[in-house]
Amino acid sequence: MSNKPTPRVRVPANAKKDEIIEIKTLISHEMESGQRRAADGKTIPRKIINTFTAAFNGKVFFEATWHPSVSANPYQSMFFRASESGEFAFSWKDDDGSVYESKAKLTVA
Amino acid sequence: MAQRAAQTRRETLIAGMASFAAAAIAPSLAFADAAAVEAEIKKLYGDKKAEAGRIKLDVPQIAENGLVVPINVEVESPMTAADHVKSVHVFADGNPLPGIVSYKFTPESGRAAASARMRLAQTQNIICIAEMADGKLFTAKSEVKVTIGGCGG
Repeated sequence: MSNKPTPRVRVPANAKKDEIIEIKTLISHEMESGQRRAADGKTIPRKIINTFTAAFNGKVFFEATWHPSVSANPYQSMFFRASESGEFAFSWKDDDGSVYESKAKLTVA
Repeated sequence: MAQRAAQTRRETLIAGMASFAAAAIAPSLAFADAAAVEAEIKKLYGDKKAEAGRIKLDVPQIAENGLVVPINVEVESPMTAADHVKSVHVFADGNPLPGIVSYKFTPESGRAAASARMRLAQTQNIICIAEMADGKLFTAKSEVKVTIGGCGG
């Protein structure tokens, strides 16, 4: 897949104070496990997204370490306790060093 | 006599099939086993004992497609600064590598729950271990029967 991985995040725009909201994320990535072999018998090198982090106003509240057994186009959901208005920053770190990012705003009433 | 000849032919066939199967499996890498998962857990927590309970590990009993198997883990906890879930590690004992995902939670998470999708090469156990803020460990295990393995070559 030569396309640049595109992250997609679903997060509510508004929340009440102390409400626990669910965040769903998805990113297009083939998550090549490093276990497969090409037709010529050579192992296809591993290339996965190894770390996902979710931060709010600069503070990381959830982190996931992914191993090669995470499916292609990895989906990840998590929860967050809304405390104040601010901005989410989600980031996905690739084995090749690239970082894919996505941001979302949250207003707490 | 005729019957005996048939038997030998059948034996030859079976032997042939067995060697074919062996040849087909041989190029793939070795699989992890329960001992490998235990070794991973030992690497993380040493000889500390884990109790059963508090974890709700939600995986299908039967997965038709091993490439995309949903997994949802939830650990019971009030998620306050003093009492929250610090981390959850998920392992599988029949994949080429034992690790699947590891989560780090904080009190801001609100709920120690997360879901993802994983690849499973064959029917195997999913083992999950959670560490609390006070250092206590909890564990849960569930078997998933895989119809088509997700270790596609």
